[in-house]
Amino acid sequence: MAIVLKADALRYSYVPGQMVLDGVSLAVPARSIVYLLGHNGCGKTTLLEILSGVRAPLSGEVWLNGERLRDIPAHRRAQRVGLVPQMHTPVFAYTVREVVMMGRAPHLPFLGMPGRRDREIVDQAIEQVGLTALRDRPYTELSGGERQLALIARGLAQQTDVLLLDEPTAHLDPRNQQRVLETVATLARERVSFVISSHNPNSALLYAHHVVVMKEGRVIASGSPLDVLTEETLSHSYGMEMDVLIDGARGIRAVMPRKNGILR
Amino acid sequence: MSVMRYVLRIRWGQRESRQRLFFWLLLALPLPLAIYSIGIGRYEIPPGQVVQALGDYALHSRQADFTPSIEYNLVTRIRLPRIAAALLVGASLGVTGAAFQGIFRNPLVDTNILGVTSGAGFGAALMLLINADPLLVRVSAFVFGLLAVLAAFFVSRLYYSAPLIVLALVGILIGSFFNSLTSLLKYVADPLDSLPAITYWLLGSLAAVTRRDIPALALVTLLGLLFMIGVRWRLNVLSLGDAEARTLGLNPARLKLMVIVVSTVMTAMAVSVSGVIGWVGLVIPHAARTLVGPDHRRLIPATMALGAVFLLVIDTMARTLWAGEVPLGVFTGIVGVPLLLVILRVNRTGWQ
Repeated sequence: MAIVLKADALRYSYVPGQMVLDGVSLAVPARSIVYLLGHNGCGKTTLLEILSGVRAPLSGEVWLNGERLRDIPAHRRAQRVGLVPQMHTPVFAYTVREVVMMGRAPHLPFLGMPGRRDREIVDQAIEQVGLTALRDRPYTELSGGERQLALIARGLAQQTDVLLLDEPTAHLDPRNQQRVLETVATLARERVSFVISSHNPNSALLYAHHVVVMKEGRVIASGSPLDVLTEETLSHSYGMEMDVLIDGARGIRAVMPRKNGILR
Repeated sequence: MSVMRYVLRIRWGQRESRQRLFFWLLLALPLPLAIYSIGIGRYEIPPGQVVQALGDYALHSRQADFTPSIEYNLVTRIRLPRIAAALLVGASLGVTGAAFQGIFRNPLVDTNILGVTSGAGFGAALMLLINADPLLVRVSAFVFGLLAVLAAFFVSRLYYSAPLIVLALVGILIGSFFNSLTSLLKYVADPLDSLPAITYWLLGSLAAVTRRDIPALALVTLLGLLFMIGVRWRLNVLSLGDAEARTLGLNPARLKLMVIVVSTVMTAMAVSVSGVIGWVGLVIPHAARTLVGPDHRRLIPATMALGAVFLLVIDTMARTLWAGEVPLGVFTGIVGVPLLLVILRVNRTGWQ
């Protein structure tokens, strides 16, 4: 399978001597969903920022379809790689539509204004995340989960080949989590590749084609969900005992933190 | 009315419709108000004659057999320059305030945060102290306005990576520094001659505006307004903050620098003509946001129109309410502060 996004031996540090990323490599195949798992502070967000091109690595290289990412001009890069940040509070009370419309920025010339085609794309993106009823409401009046959906819609409106999602389902209820991840799965079948950082190994079991597990700035396991999401790897990454429960009869797996005396 | 409703697709219950209505009303306001305002004064001229005089000015004034009437001379020589200046200065201060609030992501700033007005005040006071030619006063105000911001910019560079907030902080300090220098000049100024002139200039007035002042002001202001209209949608993206603007392919540092340079030149030019006029840059963006919403696609043109209208009304009051002129800076504060208080009470859509 063709590789869309490739990272080679990325290193990064905010404070000299403390490596946040220490030789991270990964490859994102076309039309696939890659999950990044790992404890808080293991470098997931930094890695996503470097993969999106907004942060330059200290050393190492990112390749986008065989092109060096840092050689691509910013607006053309943003047409091909998008980053959906963790939820934030904007200063202005823009409507949902206006927020999503900003995803069109890389496609418009410097003095350009969004046109009818952009509005169609925006409305379609809003529809995909199920926010159509709220699209004229101020973004600041939305619940946390709805804001997250609006930001994801903005990423969709950006129409990139690769979309990097930073903990997209952290604030969502199970139904909205499913809605977002099903949308992701559908888009991945069509054209887009996703890199998703998450603290939810169960979503990775359900949706990932490929899982990368990190610990303290290094990749400790990388491969298919069934190969990687083992008790041993997860326990090592999170620094605590984890159980992988397998129900062979129903063909399901689930990851649970181990709590002695409750289940066994 | 039903045609109007159809054309504007007004549904009062919907914020979007209401904001669109306010937007178009605001844009339609400056021209008729200007015509009406030209007619007001010690010598009243009906709007019809004002329009005729303006028409003559545009079409016939260069013809050999054209004999100007009293109204014509009054309209084109005395009142038109002043009213044009009020519109241009008001639009300038309003829109630059909105742009600054957008890029600083802060409701408390206007262009003066970087010290431009304080620098201009010092420049003007310096020339007034030596009784220089009015033109020299203006040039000096303009130059020192730019110098103050340049100083803020380079001083803030001394503090390593210099985020925008450091620039603002240094700008406030540089502004205070120039204010102190101005106070020093006032202290040494002749209390019968140059001191009143300096004080009057610092309160702002359009009374001394003549036709000579208009071309430079109009050129700089109109170019600046065009720039703001051009980048207005990008200001939305910029107001998300640098990190997100970069993921959306913008170069936030470059765009902010452009906005700061254009706004500073516009403000320095406006203040060099009008003297110090406070509050417009702060109040107008808030008022406009309440009416048309925070989207800069509408906000930017709306602040131009509302700023122009606000200063026109203030200036018309200043020159007609009492026999003597009242300084503008006095009025903008006295009208502007209560207005801002009302807006802060009403506003639910502008700021989080």
